[in-house]
Amino acid sequence: MKILIDEAYCKGCGLCITVCPQHALAPGSRRSQKGYLMPATAEDKCDSCKSCEIICPDFAIVTVKEP
Amino acid sequence: MHPLGEKYLRKSSLPTLFCPGCGDGTILNAMIRAIDKLGGTDHFLFVSGIGCSGWIPVFINADCIHTLHGRAIPVATGLKMAQPGKHVVVFTGDGDCLGIGGNHFIHAARRNLNVTVVMVNNYIYGMTGGQVAPTTPEKIVTKTTPYGNIEAPFDACGLARAAGATFIARHTTALPRLLMNDLVKAVQHSGFSFVEVMTQCPTQAGRAIYGSGEPSVLLNELKGRAVVAKNVELKPGQFRVGTLHQDASRPPYAPIVTAEGTA
Repeated sequence: MKILIDEAYCKGCGLCITVCPQHALAPGSRRSQKGYLMPATAEDKCDSCKSCEIICPDFAIVTVKEP
Repeated sequence: MHPLGEKYLRKSSLPTLFCPGCGDGTILNAMIRAIDKLGGTDHFLFVSGIGCSGWIPVFINADCIHTLHGRAIPVATGLKMAQPGKHVVVFTGDGDCLGIGGNHFIHAARRNLNVTVVMVNNYIYGMTGGQVAPTTPEKIVTKTTPYGNIEAPFDACGLARAAGATFIARHTTALPRLLMNDLVKAVQHSGFSFVEVMTQCPTQAGRAIYGSGEPSVLLNELKGRAVVAKNVELKPGQFRVGTLHQDASRPPYAPIVTAEGTA
């Protein structure tokens, strides 16, 4: 799976980290250009359940199944 | 950006002006998924009141009226009379719906007006700085109740039931899939449909009521208090989630008026 986070929209609230059942997302240490902390991703753990996509208040996260 | 966001949002207004971790964005997310299921924004008209929740439909690329404080439902009444074929959806906050616009709310429910009202309940007046609202629980210290709130809070779903609403649901941003399903049902329902959404407010209610401004802590707190099962006794502080009442037998207001030609 691929986890795409749009840094122009993400506000670093961490709701996606809370709802992820596979622990594919974790608090990160890298900051976006706006100064928000971006979540760290572990793409091998993701099973594209889309819990993060539906909770995201800013439409910033997408999980894509790789062919 | 999410593909549904690309499709249905007004990209010139983005990013949203909600605080990081605000539940209003999750409600917007659930709403555009409901719009996608119901065939696109062409069938919708949005009305919103004042408050943080009033900004939710502004980001949807559809026709929207941002009205005076508390007067979203009167504007929606006129809109439904003029455009009976469209789904009219009202976004309002707890103070806007029950405080300032309380009278309009109960009369729209009494008439069984064919609109959907989504009331975003964050327990506090968030946009103006954290004053006490009609839904603030007792003993809570806010900016305007420095010795604790002495007033009992409103039960919005109970009020809607007593006033005659024919579809009532309570949901929370912690369970967004259930919220999305009931938004679809509420829009499809013929009659006054009322959806109360319990949401987290990390900036104001989080600090005043729960003692934490961390969105994930507040989300888990809401999830812990939401009861989905129907046959379980509620403990203090818990609330029931899901469709609470549905009655399709009462005819809605708009078709009666247009059928007799008095619109």
